[in-house]
Amino acid sequence: MIIAFIIVLGIIMILAAVIAVMSKNLLTAIIASGVISLLASIIYLILSAPDVAMTEAAIGSGLTTIVFLYALSRIKKINREVDDD
Amino acid sequence: MIKRILIIAILILIVVIFLPFVKNIVLKDSLNSLSSDYIETTSKDLKAANIVTGVVVTFRGLDTLGEVTVLFIATAGVGFLLRRKHEKSGKVKKRPASEILSTGASFLFPLVIFFGVYIFLHGHLTPGGGFQGGVIIASAFLLLLLSNIHFQFNHNILHWVESLSGAIYVLLGLLGLILLGSFLDPRFLPLGTLGKLLSAGAIPLIYSFIGLKVGSELSNILDSLRGAEE
Repeated sequence: MIIAFIIVLGIIMILAAVIAVMSKNLLTAIIASGVISLLASIIYLILSAPDVAMTEAAIGSGLTTIVFLYALSRIKKINREVDDD
Repeated sequence: MIKRILIIAILILIVVIFLPFVKNIVLKDSLNSLSSDYIETTSKDLKAANIVTGVVVTFRGLDTLGEVTVLFIATAGVGFLLRRKHEKSGKVKKRPASEILSTGASFLFPLVIFFGVYIFLHGHLTPGGGFQGGVIIASAFLLLLLSNIHFQFNHNILHWVESLSGAIYVLLGLLGLILLGSFLDPRFLPLGTLGKLLSAGAIPLIYSFIGLKVGSELSNILDSLRGAEE
């Protein structure tokens, strides 16, 4: 049962990874990469590694996603300034 | 076309390389000598209930020092690349956050800070520790940054907290070297009883300073990213 759950999570992770790579929309790619980390943290929790799960959930899916979003908004702002000129 | 074929060939090569490792995995039902030694010594010599913390802070304390250094260099790099441009600020008008976000953030902020402090203070008892607690504190400040557009970090306090906690961390390690003969040995403080808050020597102290350092560094990264955006 647990192994089946882990396999389902792994399949969703692979799908999210493919979406993150293939997606033309950067926002979708960032969210997909956050989903990968979130599911990975659930798998760590199931495999009884709560320390790693906490780190992965906080850094991987929380902070990294936010840093990417900030970077994306900067890129968009730079593009807008280039268009204005 | 050739690119596609090359990619597929590389993927097949990777499978061929890693297949023997996956095939030969044998799940052991007993611990090897190193792990059983870790388990025995953390509860007996260090009195740390959380074995992972005992390994991370004591047996591999030098690794942790290296990780903190890497994080510090990353923060310095981000701060250097995204220096504030004062002359450009005030150009873009920002919309204030909605009522729900600002009320929820002001309600949640102290709770999240409290949770982060709890996690790094109880690092030697429950899962978690300095890194996790520090990240949670940084996420609390992120909530504040998102909900309040006029919020400004006091950079003096941030820099002092970061550099002082880093220096004290190294000093505690040197204290172990001087008093007990090995770097980052936490046993120069009384060990106490297993499972109590004041136990495991200097481990809670060291982990608290790691937590403060990580929290202030990550808040600094978020602040410089946002500051550059304005």
